[in-house]
Amino acid sequence: MGDSRLNRLLPWISSPILLVLFVAAWQLIVSVGGVSRFILPAPADVGDSLVTMFSDDAIWGHIRVTLVEVVVGFAIAVVLGTALGAILGRMIWLERAVQPAMVAFQVVPKIALVPIFVILFGYGITSKIVITVILAFFPIMLNVLLGVRSVDLGHRDVMRGLGASRWQTFRDLELPSTLPYVFAGSEVGIVFAVIGAIVGEYLGANEGLGFLVVSSLNALDAPALYAVIVLLAVLGSVLFLAVSLTKRFVIPWHESVAKQ
Amino acid sequence: MDDNRVRTDVLVTADLELVEVNKTYQTRRGTVEALKDVNLSIGRGEFISLVGRSGCGKTTLLRILSGLLPPSSGSVRAGEQSIWKGANRDDEALKRFGMVFQDANLFPWFTVAENIALPLKLRGTGKKARTARAVELCRQVGLSGFEGAYPRELSGGMRQRAAIARALSYRPSILLMDEPFGALDALTRDKMNLELQAIHAAAGATVVFVTHSITEAVFLADRVVLLTPRPGRLRSITSVSLPRPRSLETQSSAQFQDIVRELRIQLDEET
Repeated sequence: MGDSRLNRLLPWISSPILLVLFVAAWQLIVSVGGVSRFILPAPADVGDSLVTMFSDDAIWGHIRVTLVEVVVGFAIAVVLGTALGAILGRMIWLERAVQPAMVAFQVVPKIALVPIFVILFGYGITSKIVITVILAFFPIMLNVLLGVRSVDLGHRDVMRGLGASRWQTFRDLELPSTLPYVFAGSEVGIVFAVIGAIVGEYLGANEGLGFLVVSSLNALDAPALYAVIVLLAVLGSVLFLAVSLTKRFVIPWHESVAKQ
Repeated sequence: MDDNRVRTDVLVTADLELVEVNKTYQTRRGTVEALKDVNLSIGRGEFISLVGRSGCGKTTLLRILSGLLPPSSGSVRAGEQSIWKGANRDDEALKRFGMVFQDANLFPWFTVAENIALPLKLRGTGKKARTARAVELCRQVGLSGFEGAYPRELSGGMRQRAAIARALSYRPSILLMDEPFGALDALTRDKMNLELQAIHAAAGATVVFVTHSITEAVFLADRVVLLTPRPGRLRSITSVSLPRPRSLETQSSAQFQDIVRELRIQLDEET
């Protein structure tokens, strides 16, 4: 019992230690290695930069823009990915028909398409949402497609033997059995969504955290650049955690959620 | 000889009846006769064991009975109703059937109680009545205290008990079991056999039990039906008149061992 509790607490103890070690190593390189502060600022400088940033309310506007791009794009990707994955999973002929096109679209480095979307949809929020959707969509759709095909045959026999209707089979078997795949895809999808929004902002935007990265770089303000990256790391972690917690709440029965 | 017995049974009370049932599969190598001219009449409340080697068609037979697989020809009747009309099954007739598979096939997203009550949910029973019945069944199969547990928290034997409870939830009059204890260790299996005997006695249902263990078949059955493969057909029907309730000591009685020996000889003859 004590062992399992320790096991569960372990990441909460180890993660802060790892973080402290990381910052210490960083500080060591700066003070001993004699790296120029314009290339690698000290952790304290980055901290100062963060404080300065938050003393100006504008930062919240940038955070909000990026957050909206990621969340809206991700939400659309979940809906589209689940719907298309479910349809293609059930219609094998359709999947065969569109598979070459899908593979072709998948192997294109989609980041390379970002300038095109900026041209098409402008410098505003729309182009970033489109990029976010496209990046987050594939892992979700492919997982759902797999999930729909993976419904256990023995479970199907149970439902058929009980004379379950089409709707009952969906509600009590197909939907719950596919949900873990929706979440597996979503956990990858949310990470891709953040990448999509930031790269979109790098290439053409006048607000958002990605825009702040580029403008800090142009101003040669290394501490500010690092500060925004820290913010992005926090944002990405919070979003991933949100998806992960939702999963724990929706499918508490699944192995991926089970307590060790 | 067998034909005569089948006819007398029909005259008594046939609860489940197979007449000239055939099942053929088309494969790349040609036609496989999984079942050929199977005639069998099963009385109400009777416990029938189906034994035979792998590929003798026993699982195919059970899937035809349970409405999962249409026969190529022949008829299957439960009481007055035909289960199969060509390749279409009669869902109404199947409502009297309960099925237990080799794997427990519990749904991992439902708790034990929800799994047991699933058939009632599909039939539109209210939640309160469902839960009450699930609790009652948990007690009956020795799962009290596990109503709220998820299947992954149960052992193999407990899962199979839950699967049996699920099949019993709507009080079927015919219980079909496909090697339900095949994946369990010997000790658990003995225990489950004793419990199944008690459940059968209490529920009074007709049971068709598929197994490849001759001792298990003889221990449980009123009649043991032996199937032989290629093509799958009935080889013999052996009555087991050992008194009930049977205990593990029954297995060491001379009568029990004679029947087992006789069946084993029949099984060996075919090779």
